[in-house]
Amino acid sequence: MNTLKELYNYRQMIFSLVRKDLRGRYKGSVLGFLWTFINPLFQLIVYTIAFSFILPSPIDKYYLHLFVALIPWIFFSSSIQGGANSILAAKDLVSKIYFPREVIPISYVTSCFVNMLLTFIIIFIVVIFSGVGLNPAAIACLPLIMLVEYVMALGLAMFFSAVTVFFRDMEHILSIITMAWIYLTPVLYPIDMISDPKIQKLFYVNPMTSVIVAYRDILYYAKVPDFSTLLIAVGFGIFCLIFGWLMFSKLKKHFAEEL
Amino acid sequence: MDKDNAIEVKDVRKKFKIYYDKGSDLKDRILFHKRSHYEDRWVLKGISFSVKKGEAVGLVGHNGCGKSTTLKLLTKILYPDEGSIEMCGRVSSLIELGAGFHPDMSGRENIYTNASIFGLTKKEIDARMEDIIAFSELEEFIDNPVRTYSSGMYMRLAFSVAINVDANILLIDEILAVGDANFQKKCFDKLREIKANGTTIVIVSHALEQIEQICETSYWIEDGLIKDSGTPKIVHEHYLKSMERKRVDYLEKVHAAENEKKNQAQNSGDSSTSEKPEEKEEKLPDFCDKTAIRMGTGDVKFTNAEILGENGEKQYVFDTDDKITVRLQYESYKKGLKGNFGYGVFREDSLHCYGTNVSIESGGFVPVQDKGTVEVTFQNSLLPGKYFLDVAVHSHDGIIFDDIRRVQSFAVTSDKQDIGVCRLKSQWKADGKILSRGEDNNESGT
Repeated sequence: MNTLKELYNYRQMIFSLVRKDLRGRYKGSVLGFLWTFINPLFQLIVYTIAFSFILPSPIDKYYLHLFVALIPWIFFSSSIQGGANSILAAKDLVSKIYFPREVIPISYVTSCFVNMLLTFIIIFIVVIFSGVGLNPAAIACLPLIMLVEYVMALGLAMFFSAVTVFFRDMEHILSIITMAWIYLTPVLYPIDMISDPKIQKLFYVNPMTSVIVAYRDILYYAKVPDFSTLLIAVGFGIFCLIFGWLMFSKLKKHFAEEL
Repeated sequence: MDKDNAIEVKDVRKKFKIYYDKGSDLKDRILFHKRSHYEDRWVLKGISFSVKKGEAVGLVGHNGCGKSTTLKLLTKILYPDEGSIEMCGRVSSLIELGAGFHPDMSGRENIYTNASIFGLTKKEIDARMEDIIAFSELEEFIDNPVRTYSSGMYMRLAFSVAINVDANILLIDEILAVGDANFQKKCFDKLREIKANGTTIVIVSHALEQIEQICETSYWIEDGLIKDSGTPKIVHEHYLKSMERKRVDYLEKVHAAENEKKNQAQNSGDSSTSEKPEEKEEKLPDFCDKTAIRMGTGDVKFTNAEILGENGEKQYVFDTDDKITVRLQYESYKKGLKGNFGYGVFREDSLHCYGTNVSIESGGFVPVQDKGTVEVTFQNSLLPGKYFLDVAVHSHDGIIFDDIRRVQSFAVTSDKQDIGVCRLKSQWKADGKILSRGEDNNESGT
């Protein structure tokens, strides 16, 4: 409870670090902040060309099918991978200045999150122009699923950032894990491709499955996600956050000594 | 916790793991799991002190004694293994300046980032913005990217932010050496002002005079324990003396080791007899400083040189107004010589401060015995600094018997703020009335 109150007092620090990260990323380049939009736009163009001409897929509007899942996935995987490294990267701050240590992973994940939100502007434009259209009831579920994904990513980022301080290999292990993880999550393929219902159930043990399925329901199929999908996602999100938070609290006192 | 205290530290102990070779990758963890390749080092072995509200204290000690660790414990960057620390009020630390500065962002944006790291909200930062910019004297440059700043400007901006964070307790680590002399003075005045407003301050510094100027109490930490505490000036004198003793011990050790080497070299190559006497000449006796240079015919040779205080004991640190005695012992290898003994004092930067000899002072010479002692006592008026003593004995017609440059060193301290080379006793009169202390400071040229 004390930590929460302190974090509230340090809200400006979180805000500053997020802004510094977002603005600092493209500072000095000619197009500057525009890159935030240009990057995903060209990514989308490449996918569209690749999966329409070079590698045609039987799935209708595969580029959109892929894109609405890939952007949330990129947010998730970069939050975990970069988040794991965030405490180490902020070594100078952590070993020299007092502030609630949670600020570091929180601001890292938040800046990834804001980046995703900005990319969603492109997604909305594409969804409208592709003819799928927006279903207001479905869109209403979007903030919930975004929040759930945020909480999940934050919990895991906190856990891994604390562990990485003491066990530096974690960073490399994580890059392998996330590489494998994307294939265990229905990002590149629809969940229905797994025909055996038992195995499909097994896929839902992966917390990201329900999140990605929900995103795709909302944006690609323009329908409200299943209640059960949402419930699983919320459950996993809360679990990840509590788990990550507790581990972080346990380890944070020794950060400065280890860095 | 006592109501009047801002900080209470009770029997705090802290250990660090010192890794011989830090292996925190998986291979090492698995292969050498049982092998202990670190040891615990107790950096603090039970430190207790308390600081009253509005008081300023200094922590001094040599490198690695644990003073910075103490400060980090107070900041809550580190946590004690045993003991407790209680603090009351908002704590701000000036340990790292310019934390989180982004080179491509403007000075103003960086103020927001930096101040937010100290825990200020946007409102609080906005309220201080004008003060911060004014204090940094960077009005013209505040909207330029920080990468275009000189390092001095950078530090000025960083310090301005840090010093304008209002706190109940301010912790400062070795950072008052910021910017040019003018800005340093401003920082120091600001610190005084902050203190006058009731802020409790803890300073870690090697600049002892800074601590003496601002702190009521000084703690000398040595090997993880508080060795001495009290009025800063007195504590610092003890500290300086101990440091000097350590230096002498070290030099003696080096000297002994060198002697051993030379002896070994001589023993192994004793056929080269022709070089032997030359080497002997170069070898410095124990009473000489390591950097000493000796020359002369050797007809009369010093066998000892000591710097003594008023009580007749060896002393290293003197006050500006102390009396200093130099005692020289010599041996003579020729009969019936007349000697002209002299001494000179040089400041560390080789400024020749003073020199005189028996002939100048008395018009005569000293009849040299087989073995004898010569003493000279002088009224010190040198200002704080480190000084070297030269001693020499010449014949009546100027032949150098023995001359040792930098035979010994001594340090001078003073609680007055006068500047220059030496103290010119000064008396001030205003409208015919002598001003009370009668010896107020006057600037003296070189």
